[in-house]
Amino acid sequence: MTDYLLRVAIKMAVTLFAIVTVTFVATRLSGNPIDTFLGEGLTDEGRDALIAYFQLDRSIWHQYVAYLRGVVSGEFGLSFIERRPVTQVVAARLWPSAQLLLASIGLTAAVSIPLGVLAALYRKSWIGSAVMVVAFSGYAVPNFVLAVVMILTFSYWLNWLPVVGNGTALHFIMPTIAMSGVLIAALTRFTRNAMLDVLGQDFIRTARAKGLPELAVVMRHGLGNAGVTVISVIGLQIASLAAAGSVVVETIFSWPGIGQLLVTAAIMRDYPVLQFGVIAVAVAVVLINAITDVAYALVDPRIRLARS
Amino acid sequence: MTAPNPPILSVKSLRVAFGSTLAVRDLSFDIHRGETLALVGESGSGKSATALSILRLIDREGGRILGGSIRLGARDPVEVTTLPPAELRALRGERIAMVFQEPMTSLNPVMRIGRQIEETLRLHRGLTGAAARKTARAALERVTIPEPERRLDQYPHELSGGLRQRVMIAMALICEPDVLIADEPTTALDVTTQAEILSLLRRLQAEMGMAVLFITHDLGVVGKIADRVVVMKNGCKVEEGRTGDIFAAPRHGYTRELMEATPRLGSGAPEPLAEAPAVLRVSDLVTSYGAGGLFSRSKPVPAVRGVSLTLGRGETLGLVGESGCGKSTLARSIMRLVEPASGEVTLDGEAITGVSQARLKPMRARMQMVFQDPYASLNPRMTIRDVVTEPAFLHGAVNARGRADMAADLLTRVGLPAEAAERYPHQFSGGQRQRICIARALSVGPRIIVADEAVSALDVSNARRITDLMAEIQRRDGVSFLFISHDIAVVERVSHRIAVMYRGKIVETGPTNAVLAAPEHPYTRRLLAAVPRIAQVDRPAPSVALPAPLPA
Repeated sequence: MTDYLLRVAIKMAVTLFAIVTVTFVATRLSGNPIDTFLGEGLTDEGRDALIAYFQLDRSIWHQYVAYLRGVVSGEFGLSFIERRPVTQVVAARLWPSAQLLLASIGLTAAVSIPLGVLAALYRKSWIGSAVMVVAFSGYAVPNFVLAVVMILTFSYWLNWLPVVGNGTALHFIMPTIAMSGVLIAALTRFTRNAMLDVLGQDFIRTARAKGLPELAVVMRHGLGNAGVTVISVIGLQIASLAAAGSVVVETIFSWPGIGQLLVTAAIMRDYPVLQFGVIAVAVAVVLINAITDVAYALVDPRIRLARS
Repeated sequence: MTAPNPPILSVKSLRVAFGSTLAVRDLSFDIHRGETLALVGESGSGKSATALSILRLIDREGGRILGGSIRLGARDPVEVTTLPPAELRALRGERIAMVFQEPMTSLNPVMRIGRQIEETLRLHRGLTGAAARKTARAALERVTIPEPERRLDQYPHELSGGLRQRVMIAMALICEPDVLIADEPTTALDVTTQAEILSLLRRLQAEMGMAVLFITHDLGVVGKIADRVVVMKNGCKVEEGRTGDIFAAPRHGYTRELMEATPRLGSGAPEPLAEAPAVLRVSDLVTSYGAGGLFSRSKPVPAVRGVSLTLGRGETLGLVGESGCGKSTLARSIMRLVEPASGEVTLDGEAITGVSQARLKPMRARMQMVFQDPYASLNPRMTIRDVVTEPAFLHGAVNARGRADMAADLLTRVGLPAEAAERYPHQFSGGQRQRICIARALSVGPRIIVADEAVSALDVSNARRITDLMAEIQRRDGVSFLFISHDIAVVERVSHRIAVMYRGKIVETGPTNAVLAAPEHPYTRRLLAAVPRIAQVDRPAPSVALPAPLPA
């Protein structure tokens, strides 16, 4: 198991290095950041001072090394707008984003897994078809459409739910649903397929031959096995999808999270915040993937033993 | 058949269908307490459909009971076919239990052995906690599983195939059922393990007095276990009688055909070739697994430990040994599908080992392989024409336009109609698919063909046809075969010479007849003793002392 953890850690380190590098290259691709971010109203002296400050007169390799040094020592620079370290700016946004993410994943799992099992069990009847039609439709509705329709219905017309902010539990309802829509559709389909796969296997027949009632066969032996793959998908794909969705959903609902911060930073040309924000989100996704890897190994004895 | 007591299980005029095809037609038989009835026939004869119908598991496999009756119990028999679901479940695992063919996949992979056994106990006996564990442990002891206490906490993948089948048997017998249905329980196991499982079943039956319905395609196994035999063909019963009577005087033509096809040890091997210039030479080959991997701290495990052998032109060398002995690794090392750690392989005097992949490619055309599972080794999306000519096409031996003609020629050579070229793999039976695999191997005009358990997945009749085909190809084209199998009786039928492999080493080699007549190594003797024979009924196998097997 230590070997396995070590391998996960090294994989993470390599991925993070790649992310940091890509972020660096991507921001350099859009031309001179001083022109892009500050634009008009800048004196020549001020401009030169900034170029010297960001070392833009040096070679790209020099900049890269300086940047890496900053990353390693935790120096990511100051926000142009807020005039404080970007690490603080981003850190303040972590918890609201995490809350929304967890709520969405919780809702997704709670809805999709039972639906997927249902769709697998009744795949030949109208129940299974109905579940799949709903799942397909859900997949086709983008989160911003869902969000706007909900805001119109529940806030504008019915006046039941608040739109902006994250003050109360009521504030969670619409953003969570907006983020989960597509995820529920994806995970339902996945759970159904995983269940169908498992239910066709020999040990399910063994369980029936024991005389177990169908519910125990499906839940204990079926879901017990399919659950392993479902967990991995939640961690590896659903989490990344949710992170991507948060950019849109947080902006719509003015949720004070990283997604909204990134959008604001991009509009305001707050280049250091944007850069560190992207790194922070990427780190979060990599971390979730690593945690999933370990959880997967803990749940499935075959992996645990094969890798130890 | 006159029986003094009423049967414990009585099947009358059973008819079962899959979709619109009848799988079982008007089948009737009785089993009594303490009796073993063997249901024999080739694949597709309706044996398994019958077994699954008795437990009413057939619906789940896509089948339907159309008519007939299945009665369980000597006094006040229950009609299984019309039983309501709850009563049916109470019966399953309690009065009728079943052991399946595939021990590797029949246990839940993420549930501990103990929990899987205790599950049945809780269900039918209401036992939980320490009491259930104690009973489960006793059940493992009953099927002589070493270290039962530890096994309870293990997962299925930690156990070998033989041990898993013992667990399945322990689980099936935990409630002491009236009837045990064993569906090809030893087919997936090698001969030595098979012999152990068969004698275990006999012993348990004697102890517990249950009736056993034993389903198999192997008449050799029937001789070891069954009191009576029902021979099935195309869903019909063609013959029924006492095992001894049927073996001594089979009345139906099909039974005789089956007996004919069953490989019988001692029926004579092909004489060794007078002069066979060596085509393939393997010297001191070592292949290990588990090496490499940047973070792997485990030591490499040698699977092949210093093997030397030669294969002459037009010769068949039989390589026997039980699963895990390194046969397949040896075959793959010779083909360089895995990289050997040391040693040398030469084909027509040219080294295969140590040459670059580019140099290896033209040599690959001269050695081809036929694999065990004909269902998995054909690409389902390719037409047979493309499948059989692919190696030749890849090696540039045929152009796109010539493929149709070549396919037609190859298919006729393996006894399939030329029209088969336009069809897809799923439209063929297992035996036919193995012919297609052979045609594919022949497409590049190979010098040697490595057949790795190529007939082990086929029933006896099909296996017979395939080995006959190989012999014919060898006579006509002078191809050499390295014929790998765990079944020494099949090996005897096809091999000029034989090599016995045990724990990664060749322990004995020589002309087949000589080795089988006077085996020198104790392992060879044990292998021979384990082979079920048709000629002998109920003769206990002599036991030969041998060091404990290596963990797989």
